[in-house]
Amino acid sequence: MIDKTNNDTTDLVPLQEIYEEFDFLGDSEAQMEYLIDLGLDLPRMPADEKTEQNRVHGCQSNVWMVTDYDDDSRKLHLHAESDAMIVNGLIAVLLAAFQSQTPRDILETDIHAVFDRLGLDRHLSPQRKNGLNGMVNRIRQSALARLEAQPD
Amino acid sequence: MTAINTPLDVAAFRAQFPILQQKDAHGRKVVYLDNGASSQTPQSVIDRTVDVYSKFYANAYRGAYEFGQRIDDELESSRETIRNFIGAERKEEIVFTSGTTASLNVIAQGLGSTILKEGDEILITLMEHHANIVPWQMIAKRTGAVVRVLPITEDGRLDLEQLPQHLTEKTKIFSVTGMSNMLGTINDLPQLSAAAHAVGAIFVVDAAQSILHEEIDVRSTGVDFLTFSGHKLYGPTGVGVMYGRHDLLEMMEPLLGGGHMIDRVYEDHSTWAQPPAKFEAGTIPFVQAIALKPAIELVQSVGLEAIKTHEHELLTYGLERLKDIPGLTVYGPAPEHKGAIITFTVEGAHPQDLAFLLNRHGVCVRHGHHCTMPLHDHLGISASVRASFAAYNTRDEVDALHDGLVAARKRLRLD
Repeated sequence: MIDKTNNDTTDLVPLQEIYEEFDFLGDSEAQMEYLIDLGLDLPRMPADEKTEQNRVHGCQSNVWMVTDYDDDSRKLHLHAESDAMIVNGLIAVLLAAFQSQTPRDILETDIHAVFDRLGLDRHLSPQRKNGLNGMVNRIRQSALARLEAQPD
Repeated sequence: MTAINTPLDVAAFRAQFPILQQKDAHGRKVVYLDNGASSQTPQSVIDRTVDVYSKFYANAYRGAYEFGQRIDDELESSRETIRNFIGAERKEEIVFTSGTTASLNVIAQGLGSTILKEGDEILITLMEHHANIVPWQMIAKRTGAVVRVLPITEDGRLDLEQLPQHLTEKTKIFSVTGMSNMLGTINDLPQLSAAAHAVGAIFVVDAAQSILHEEIDVRSTGVDFLTFSGHKLYGPTGVGVMYGRHDLLEMMEPLLGGGHMIDRVYEDHSTWAQPPAKFEAGTIPFVQAIALKPAIELVQSVGLEAIKTHEHELLTYGLERLKDIPGLTVYGPAPEHKGAIITFTVEGAHPQDLAFLLNRHGVCVRHGHHCTMPLHDHLGISASVRASFAAYNTRDEVDALHDGLVAARKRLRLD
């Protein structure tokens, strides 16, 4: 069922590498620049998936997100993209934290600990935090719906 | 003291703003191009604020003691300066509020509960800031009145050909911006006022943007209500002005009750004080209202004409300079119809990323919808970048904007 190549686990920067880069850079503006690079390198979504239905609301920029469940591996695959590169960088962080996990793993992931570790809570504007939370909610809802449909 | 026809001494003007003399936390020279959101504060306004707090602070219109008297005198002196600045007939027509948004809400609610009934129309325009849209929608919902919107032309000016269909005998209020905070368009207020009065409508002007760039004389222009904020006029934040023609202020219901706005309070009803007190319920931002005076005096000392000439020169230079940025779209009319605001998009670059990357070069701009969502919808964009200029800005700063954009495009791998 999974035939998509974008945002595949192999293309993603691991969370540990993002942590190390953030620690190395230290300065919040330099960290944002790094997010831009992560965003520029994020694999793109197919244009036909950028529909109104797949739009995540609450973001200042456009964000599209699709989740696919793989029955064999019982894992949820995420595909997302924004037209703003800093937001794309944040998507890279979310994908690093959530990609190809079981719905239960996703629900048990403490994403705010990840944001804390990266200092994002301090450096993001309230609007951007809103958008980020919108994306997190969308991922969690997909995981929850899947878990309710098919308890593991 | 007004220096008519004397060109603006930009360096001397700029020198009065301490914030512009420093470097930011990253050691960068600050290129402040977000004056449409808030202008910076000159030393005289800062000094005045400190003076009030450190020398004669007391609540306004309450104390018979020396500090209280002094505060009242200073407030009335500031009111008089504002009266003179906008050409009002009487000092009592100047009401202190917390800002333009508050002023427009007071007018909308006050006029709404006094004159509006079901089927009446309120005319606004497509280029209004949300502060001149939402209060009218709120009062329309309450009264059954209808909000109509005058369209704009392709080049971002009011579509005056459609004015007769929109401004009719049904129109009770016509509320329009003096200068669009997104397009920079400067509207022909005398013409719009004449059209409004010809159908018997009350003419309201949101001067939040225009007050810093365009001279206004409320009497000769025929403005019934004028609203603006201190913080966009080199003044303090937290204070704004609502000018209202005296007979209208007498007729209109107040929005807020309590404090200094009453004449007499009985157990079952109250009567109102005369304007402006009628609309100044509670403790007004009196320190800020007092410190607004030196801001206006600064503008008067160099003259709005000189400011306008300098800003217009920056605008035309900026439009010319940015021409070589690939994928650039500038919104709004030709320079002769607009003030010093350049709002733009760059193909392939999100405004949010551009604003961040420009800041890496010390350039402060605004990104987003600038509280003009209907206008952005009309233009088919969700966000834009806005560089808005003030009298202290220089050609070097326009160059910094240009170079910042070149670098940002490179950084986003668009080259």
